[in-house]
Amino acid sequence: MSTASKPTFLTALSEHYIRWKRERSQRLQERLYYASQRELVWHAFKKHRLALVALIILTVLYTVSIGADFFAPFSPLNRFQNFNDAPPTRIHLITREGKLSWPFVYQTVRVRNTETFKYEYRENTTHRHIIRLLVKTEPYKLLKVIPIQHKFFGLSDRHVPLLLFGSDRLGRDVFSRILFAGRISLFIGFGGVMVTFILGSILGGISGYYGGLVDEIIQRIIEVLISVPNIPIWIALSAALPRDWGTIKIYFAITLILAVRGWTGLARVVRGRIISLREEEFALAAKAAGAGDWRIIFTHLLPAFISYLIVHITLAIPGMILGETALSFLGLGIKPPAVSWGTLLQDAQDITVLANYPWLLIPSLFVVLTILMFNFVGDGLRDAADPYASR
Amino acid sequence: MSESEQPILEVRDLRQFFPIQEGLLRRVVGYVKAVNGVSLTINQGETLGLVGESGCGKSTLGRAILRLYEPTGGEVIFHHQDRQLSVLDLDRHGMRQVRANMQMIFQDPFASLNERMTVLDNVIEPLVCNGIGSRPEREATAENLLAQVGLRKEHLRRYPHSFSGGQRQRIGIARALSIEPKFVVADEPVFALDVSVQAQILNLMKELQAQLGLSYLFISHDMAVIRYVADRIAVMYVGKLVEYAERDELLRHPAHPYTEALHSAVPRLSQKDSGNRRRNRILLKASPPDPGNLPPGCVFQTRCHYAEEQCRQEEPPLREISTIHSVACHLAEELNLSGI
Repeated sequence: MSTASKPTFLTALSEHYIRWKRERSQRLQERLYYASQRELVWHAFKKHRLALVALIILTVLYTVSIGADFFAPFSPLNRFQNFNDAPPTRIHLITREGKLSWPFVYQTVRVRNTETFKYEYRENTTHRHIIRLLVKTEPYKLLKVIPIQHKFFGLSDRHVPLLLFGSDRLGRDVFSRILFAGRISLFIGFGGVMVTFILGSILGGISGYYGGLVDEIIQRIIEVLISVPNIPIWIALSAALPRDWGTIKIYFAITLILAVRGWTGLARVVRGRIISLREEEFALAAKAAGAGDWRIIFTHLLPAFISYLIVHITLAIPGMILGETALSFLGLGIKPPAVSWGTLLQDAQDITVLANYPWLLIPSLFVVLTILMFNFVGDGLRDAADPYASR
Repeated sequence: MSESEQPILEVRDLRQFFPIQEGLLRRVVGYVKAVNGVSLTINQGETLGLVGESGCGKSTLGRAILRLYEPTGGEVIFHHQDRQLSVLDLDRHGMRQVRANMQMIFQDPFASLNERMTVLDNVIEPLVCNGIGSRPEREATAENLLAQVGLRKEHLRRYPHSFSGGQRQRIGIARALSIEPKFVVADEPVFALDVSVQAQILNLMKELQAQLGLSYLFISHDMAVIRYVADRIAVMYVGKLVEYAERDELLRHPAHPYTEALHSAVPRLSQKDSGNRRRNRILLKASPPDPGNLPPGCVFQTRCHYAEEQCRQEEPPLREISTIHSVACHLAEELNLSGI
């Protein structure tokens, strides 16, 4: 009896499964009918694993930088006496007794090596300092608003240095400084790109849609701008900034300087696309409907290739970040006490530093990581950008 | 269908030239004469069929009438509430009023809808641009229109990518009609559709015409389609009208050799249709002349089987051979051309 009933049960099950699958795909299909372009792009983007991972990493980087007050164990200006150019603190998992423990560090002390006359850091293994999450500190305000008195991680004794990436010449924690520096370095790209986007799409749009003399003038300006090499123009402009400007003013000035060239590429992309799209029937349809020039450009034509613009912009952000880093590295960008990845790398300019204190180069890894991630996300977006192409 | 002989639109000597530019300085070395002095009249409630082969300037003419291009010369007179508006001289404000009464149905339903907007937003775009009605009123209008063109109101929230060609063309028609125009330029509205769907769309357009009292300028390269929808037919060849007549007159008694050739190109289902005569398909030699470099004399002389010396030297004007029939051919009276 059991042998006879088994196949029927299985067939019933498989039929059920097939029906379920069919209904599911029908539901998906139905949702697709109502899907806007943004949803279609997101759907395609999610299939691009590398881009998705990169997006997550970028999100983490940005979150950690915005919340640097919370995530960094120390203030960027906090100095540890006698810990100049200290190497990264070692993190232990095994106690002297050979038992596994929650990660901990030992207090380090600086001693002079009597043979080489160099400072060396030795661990004082008498007392274990356990690294705790959400450790209590003196109260401060997160993002200058939310009152809070915990740090994401740290030691309960705040005078024991916990230097994940070592310390710099003045005894400041490089890890904390990298996080705070991200606030400037990661966001300067956005500011620059915003200006780029606005200038590029307006000037490119006008140039492409109206053509004629306006087009000629805008195109010649672009040609002049892009024929001047990048670095000299940046250097010249930032050297012209008044020395007594505050950090914020300088920040915005640098953003503008980076955008001066940035918009030209975008304007050309926009112009080309507008020229090809303005003769399309949907553009003529909008005109026949009575839409004004402005409405045609900005609600019909631009949205038709906004995805390409987003890709272009995503791929432009790394250039901006590199530009800021380069300027700050040369001492022409953000100036101390404000920190950016470029100013951090300034400390690593000479060969003795590279030889003796290689951890001062760690900020460059963050630059590389960020730029790679932006490129991956840009790639993913480019593939996903035209959801209608595959259909 | 033309009970009233009231004209709604008159086109007089319309010309649309596109400059040919050359070299670094973009010097104008000549003009493509896409529309070269066309005059026609469309009466209220009638359909004027405009037929001609690809590239003869039909679409350009339609677009120039709606001023989607800026015509080089000529006049377009739109009759609106006992007033005669000269469309080409209107400023931006006046143009809005006219656009609200003249709309266009486009050729390619896959290119003419904005993919980034829902069907609703596509359909009410003319209302939005002209500031007509509030949002709920517009939505109600759109719902009604969708029902009229045979779609369901659930379709309003969808995006165009989820529709077939025929459905998209219905959406395009709904958009053109949302603003309640009097006159519609239909630019090859069935060109991109399957034959079965073509018939549906043509019937829909006819129904809407009867309901709303629309006038159409119906552009097509397909004589069979034109024959089905038009009250009067204008035949266009390389930027010019070569023949212009009531439908049946033009079908039975074509007076221009080009019209005859077009008739012969329409496939027939049975031999009976063509009477006892053995049907000869008239094959035209070569291709039409370059509208940037026209031959002397008649535009058709390079391909005409009947061309004589006069045709190669003198350009024939469009002249009336009867009250309902005009033709641009020197030999109109002499030739005995076969119709359908």
